[in-house]
Amino acid sequence: MADTAVHHAEHGHHTSTGLSNNKLGMWLFLGSECLLFGGLISTYMIYRGRVGEGPRPGNVFDIPFTSVSSFVLLMSSLTMVLAVAAAQKRDDRGTTLWLTVTGLLGATFVGGQMYEFTAMYNEGLGYTTSLFGSAFYTLTGFHGVHVTVGIIMLFSLVAIIKRSNVPGDKAEVVELVGLYWHFVDIVWIIIFTLVYLIPA
Amino acid sequence: MTTTTEAHADHAEHQDHAEHGMSIRGYVTIALILAALTALEVSTYFVDFGPFFMPVLLILMCVKFFIVVSYFMHLKFDNKLFSFMFYTGLFLAIGVYAAFLATFKFFTA
Repeated sequence: MADTAVHHAEHGHHTSTGLSNNKLGMWLFLGSECLLFGGLISTYMIYRGRVGEGPRPGNVFDIPFTSVSSFVLLMSSLTMVLAVAAAQKRDDRGTTLWLTVTGLLGATFVGGQMYEFTAMYNEGLGYTTSLFGSAFYTLTGFHGVHVTVGIIMLFSLVAIIKRSNVPGDKAEVVELVGLYWHFVDIVWIIIFTLVYLIPA
Repeated sequence: MTTTTEAHADHAEHQDHAEHGMSIRGYVTIALILAALTALEVSTYFVDFGPFFMPVLLILMCVKFFIVVSYFMHLKFDNKLFSFMFYTGLFLAIGVYAAFLATFKFFTA
């Protein structure tokens, strides 16, 4: 009996692969998300030069401001991984603290994106102004929605942990939310370079 | 007996998690490297890198991407099946959209 228990623990999960089906599902989902963002990024790359009568990318982008936003999102990946490490040590206080900090950093990023969109709109770049505008707002808007969903997941997880109501392995639940969060970060790494830093 | 067995299994599982991760110091080091790479990326906006501008940016982007995926997402330490799941989607996306962009390049008037 002891052997069986240890055997299960070594493999971690009672599945045919010995791996967590939840984690496998999350990686499969993230793989499919690559195709979604690949399509949006490709569309932007094709249409970024089609500015029509509207402003050009170089005229509306505020690179120093976006660089700070990017840095904030990048650092939220560090706080997320610290939350996962705390969850693995069964430190609920540390887990909720780092999850909250991650959520706040994410909210700062989304706030910055809303400010950026408002500034661009005031400079004459609406959603239907040009193909560049449509492709840009669709790509960065989709990413912003993903970050917002991530923030909701983070704060929901904090509430669930505080009520000690996490179903299954708590460390794994935090890790799954972490995988999603890191994914939105790596998508932004690509968007920041291809959309903002490489001029049209 | 059951309690001891469960505790043993619990410990082994905990150990399993710990082996997959890195130390806190390791995570902070990775974050500092990412911050430095981001600063280098942003510097290309202010400093003229000449013909190296595009390659430097693309290489930095790829390096940052793989650092986050390998260390923060633990793919480097995790089961290879997870890597297969993710990289299949990633390279499928790159292949499909490279072909898509090439179509626009070669077949449009």
